[in-house]
Amino acid sequence: MNGLSYHAFDVWWWPWVFLILAGWAANDAWRLLGVAFSGRLTETSRLFTIVRSVATALVAGVIAQLVLQPGGDLASTSLALRLGSIACGFAAYRLAGESVSIGVATGEAAFFAGAWADL
Amino acid sequence: MPADSVSPPPTSAFGWFLAGQRQFVSLPAVILIAAFTGFGGLAHASGVGLAETVFLVAFVWALPSMIVVVGAIQAGAPLLATMFAVALSAARLMPMTMALIPILRAEKTPKWALYALSHFVAITAWVFGMTKLPDLPREGRAPYFAGFAVTLTVFNMGVAAAAWLAAAKLPPLAAAGLVLLMPLYFALSLWNAARTSPTERLALIFGMAIAPAMHALAPNLDLLLTGLVGGLAAHVIGSRLKSVEADLPPSTFGPADPAALVEVALVEEEGAR
Repeated sequence: MNGLSYHAFDVWWWPWVFLILAGWAANDAWRLLGVAFSGRLTETSRLFTIVRSVATALVAGVIAQLVLQPGGDLASTSLALRLGSIACGFAAYRLAGESVSIGVATGEAAFFAGAWADL
Repeated sequence: MPADSVSPPPTSAFGWFLAGQRQFVSLPAVILIAAFTGFGGLAHASGVGLAETVFLVAFVWALPSMIVVVGAIQAGAPLLATMFAVALSAARLMPMTMALIPILRAEKTPKWALYALSHFVAITAWVFGMTKLPDLPREGRAPYFAGFAVTLTVFNMGVAAAAWLAAAKLPPLAAAGLVLLMPLYFALSLWNAARTSPTERLALIFGMAIAPAMHALAPNLDLLLTGLVGGLAAHVIGSRLKSVEADLPPSTFGPADPAALVEVALVEEEGAR
């Protein structure tokens, strides 16, 4: 794609510049600010709840992308299998009294069972 | 030094460090290891190299930001858009750090040590710090926290590296299952962590629902748009549901039952209150 993407330049250092700026700096800046301002803003403040909703929706978008347009070997599986596995995982999570571990294990099991059954 | 928990309190900073290190063997840590296994597989599938994968674990150390970076790399997103997306997903780290630092510091703790330790603020270490540190003498807190957090981070660097290497060797179907682990884990644990907040659950639903449309609309800025549109819509609608929210059980954080804390620690997202 265009712009200064991760694979934009065929030099060894560019991916590291990308990772340091977009990965480390964009992330750790918040922690450093948190130390600088420690004890002043509470987690229940209105601004913070808005920031949290935006962050959650953003990460939800990434999750959708990982399922709808996955990379690697997952890309060669059917969309129905991927969505079905997530649905089975969610159902198991609910049935098991909101247990994330059981949900994840069931979702993975459904994926392999479905792949074996050639879904 | 004996490894049992009834040993006398340490007398040196190093002793506290080792005591914190021993806390590493815990359920939240085990769950986090499974998550980093998934991350190693995802990074491999997204075309991120081994050294770069380990770098992300060590220097970002917040799973949502890490999968945003990997997702952006895979989608070919430009640097600036990726920085904004990561900054948005990481903004929650600031108030978390602000809450932890007053508990963590002693009179003599140097400022640089606090800045260094803040790097380890992510949900697992944060819950650990907020729950365990108040019971300890002030001078032991920072080294105790460091012992736990540094061990957790270094161990997971190895876990992600091992998963990356395994992903290259695994048969295609097993590798595919490894890549699926990450979205599966994230969808469930974010949903679970948001159980007391309708707004957060709406944000999750909206984000997933509008992501394909946003991608079609603006392939380079889709993550940002998804976050802003989905998050603000969730906030507006969620605020109207506030009366419902008020009836829900209060914080799962506090002297709550350990099971709830473990569930909270399932995700690098602190929306559990």
